Amino acid sequence: MAENTVQKTNGSTAVVATETEATREPERFVTPPVDIYETAEGLTVVADLPGADPSAVDVNVEDSVLTLKAVVPEADESEAAYVEFRLASYFRQFTLGEKIDQERINAEYKNGVLTLLLPFAEKAKPRRITVKAA
Amino acid sequence: MYGTNPFRELEALRREVDRLFEGVASPSKLRSAFLPGRSARSYPLINIQESGDDLTVEALAPGVDPASLEVAIEGGSLVIAGEKPRPAQNVSPEAWHRSERAAGRFLRKIKLSVPVDEENVTADYRNGVLTVKLQKADAAKPRRIAVNVA
Repeated sequence: MAENTVQKTNGSTAVVATETEATREPERFVTPPVDIYETAEGLTVVADLPGADPSAVDVNVEDSVLTLKAVVPEADESEAAYVEFRLASYFRQFTLGEKIDQERINAEYKNGVLTLLLPFAEKAKPRRITVKAA
Repeated sequence: MYGTNPFRELEALRREVDRLFEGVASPSKLRSAFLPGRSARSYPLINIQESGDDLTVEALAPGVDPASLEVAIEGGSLVIAGEKPRPAQNVSPEAWHRSERAAGRFLRKIKLSVPVDEENVTADYRNGVLTVKLQKADAAKPRRIAVNVA
């Protein structure tokens, strides 16, 4: 397993990543680097998918597994004089914790960066209980 | 099929092995290439294409603030500079689950092998890839030589 459970914040694991090597298609995929951070509203996932066309970026949630996928066609290298990078399709999956409201996930793709907002379900948000003094 | 020169055979074998390792090494090279700034590699990574009169330089720079991008030609070099902002400033360290994307200012100077026409440069930033199109200077353009048939 390349990825394990993430460190706990506020006492509850929110995102757990899984390895999906076995089910990959014969195509070449790379794992995009991600930033994941937590705010009071939810989790934000930021992934670098340079070179992907906005229409090719596919985000879906099934059985609590969030899948980020972008198919990038291989570049024509017939005129390449110098090569440092080769674009490939992107694939990465995360298992969502119970805290996430899967119905309200918001995705935006801009300048090669995919930003996902995963809001916490209402019941998972911290609630302050007023203590009445007698 | 089999030559009689053992040195040539060895040379051919060495080339085969090199080719074999090339295929193995490239995906891992690519993977680390996607984490620029975390290592001492140059950033952004570039590809150069050359065709006839043009040079095309592609730079892999996702999430760069387009307003911060600077492209310049300085004494035979192409300079690419910009800034990739951090996604969130006011997040406490313990609220980060993953931090794999590098951020910050970058500058890269690429020495061009041929003189270019400094007036004819276009730069385009799309889907996180910066594409700079350059035209070779007249002196560097390929010339077609007519073959006289007697």
